[in-house]
Amino acid sequence: MRRTLQSIPLLLAISVILYGILYNMPGGPLAPYLQNPHITAADIARLKHNLGLDQPVPIQYFKWLGHILVGDMGYSTSNSEPVFQALIERFPATVELMGASLFIAIAVGITAGIVSAVYRYSPLDYAITTFAFFGQSMPVFWFALMMQLAFAVHGIPLPGGYQIQLPSAGISSSDTFDFGDRLEHLILPAIVLSLLQIALFSRFMRSSLLEVLGTDYMRTAAAKGLSFRTILYKHGLKNALIPVVTVIALSLPSLLAGAIVTETIFAWPGMGRLFINALTQSDLALLMGYLLLVAFLVVFSNLLADVVYAWLDPRVKYD
Amino acid sequence: MAVALMAEEELPLSKVTFWTRFRRHKLAIAGAVVLTLMVLAAVFAGQLSPFDPNSIDNGTSAVPHWNGTPLPPCFQDKSLCWGHALGTDEVGRDLLSRLLFGARISLTVGLFAVIMEVLIGTTLGAIAGYYGGWVDYALMRLTDVFLSIPLLPLLLVLTAIIAATSTHAALSFGVIVVIIGALSWPNVARLVRASFLSLREREFAEAARAVGNNDARIIFRHLLPNAVAPIIVQATLDVAGVIILESTLSFLGLGIQPPTASWGNMLANAQSDLQTAWWAAVFPGLCILVTVLAINYIGDGLRDALDPNMR
Repeated sequence: MRRTLQSIPLLLAISVILYGILYNMPGGPLAPYLQNPHITAADIARLKHNLGLDQPVPIQYFKWLGHILVGDMGYSTSNSEPVFQALIERFPATVELMGASLFIAIAVGITAGIVSAVYRYSPLDYAITTFAFFGQSMPVFWFALMMQLAFAVHGIPLPGGYQIQLPSAGISSSDTFDFGDRLEHLILPAIVLSLLQIALFSRFMRSSLLEVLGTDYMRTAAAKGLSFRTILYKHGLKNALIPVVTVIALSLPSLLAGAIVTETIFAWPGMGRLFINALTQSDLALLMGYLLLVAFLVVFSNLLADVVYAWLDPRVKYD
Repeated sequence: MAVALMAEEELPLSKVTFWTRFRRHKLAIAGAVVLTLMVLAAVFAGQLSPFDPNSIDNGTSAVPHWNGTPLPPCFQDKSLCWGHALGTDEVGRDLLSRLLFGARISLTVGLFAVIMEVLIGTTLGAIAGYYGGWVDYALMRLTDVFLSIPLLPLLLVLTAIIAATSTHAALSFGVIVVIIGALSWPNVARLVRASFLSLREREFAEAARAVGNNDARIIFRHLLPNAVAPIIVQATLDVAGVIILESTLSFLGLGIQPPTASWGNMLANAQSDLQTAWWAAVFPGLCILVTVLAINYIGDGLRDALDPNMR
């Protein structure tokens, strides 16, 4: 409960800093109008007055904050619709992509980490840790290009004249919902986005499980005559997974950053691509809305990580 | 920088143990070799480049080299490459030369941004950890704020703002370094703070205080040298992170601006030419991957060598 209350001033501080950035934008929020030759200086002055831009900054900030709190994030000039609506419309596509990536990352990353720890120093362990290093060092945008080159441009030939060829852009190729088609479009971007998290989760799972395997209670369990399998599943994994859950929750910022790049390259109609479009058209209100939403999600996921951690591990107490 | 050098001499760990431990990490040694080669390539880019990185190879009017499509690498088609070992990009500039000059950009951005990050992070972390109390509280809440805003979108918005304000209408190298450095310090600050919180309670800190040293001297001469190992590891890994960050910004058109070659901006147009010129998409990314991988392995080796308990 106290943690929840602590995140409120944090969010306020974030909003102050982001507003500071917004206010420093050249020409302020009126930048798109300043370049328009049909708008005179008198028009600008009138706009400034109407929008309250001639008032002191702190007053503007509180007015702006008041609007944000009731869900009014302003009007997006690049999309000609309210910012909130523009973001909400793209939200499901981003959630679909990030959810699929996170699912792949958890399934593959944690399995790989367990295998790596159980067969420590085996060739398999070396293969997995090497793969994890590659995954961590891979620039997302280049991995995306290489996947497109392999699977979309050329296609991977299979025996028997078949070929793996996957679509490299968009979320679907028809207006009506077709599950197979949607899935086909999802594969490449989801794999691209999941690579970094697979690497992180597997490395973390490996070290976490190794640490648990070396504890006294594991030795006790082994001394009781339990089989390694039982020890691993009944005691080892349960304890080793606790810190990994936190890492999963804390991976949200990097997932969001990766989604910006992935969505741009795969023409995925999500919030990340919306953000990049807004960037090229200096659509301030939308940029601010996006940054605020993302910061809110991060603060919320950190809070969730703390709560889940305390719930899973009774030794942890926040006061 | 002087602080870091001074501190390194006072490492509690002897240089001999450090080297024997580091040498045991084969991949870190390999990483160091690769990175050294990259640094040499960057330093001698001017001498090593077979062509001017920014000029278009038109050939002569009798023998036009350039027909509007990227020239292939020599190992693919010797008759069409006209001496461009790795081919050319979409406007006919030599890929190998651009890669060599791109190495300069990536490595210097990585190095200087991290120096800045370490200076800010260490100072703030040391102050927070040493003084504690409300100073610590305020500084840590500030790091919380910066850690809650994902770095990439924030950097993108900032570079877009600066690109629009700047009169030269171009993002200079210095601007990229400064904004990356100015925003990536929170992790270093947290690390240094954590070390300082425990170090300041130790007897030698007590002794230094009792002898009448002032705070600055205690912080820099007595505490910082003992906190330097985790900073070095973090800084090394961050160089890799910054190289990826810079290349991502440049790829999206908001980092190093063309015609200056950076590995990231060389890939900016690669997507549309994927079908015709695979080499323009493959080689710059391979350079990023190899460099970042080398640095990550060095960081891993340093971590094992400096403190085996750090995990």
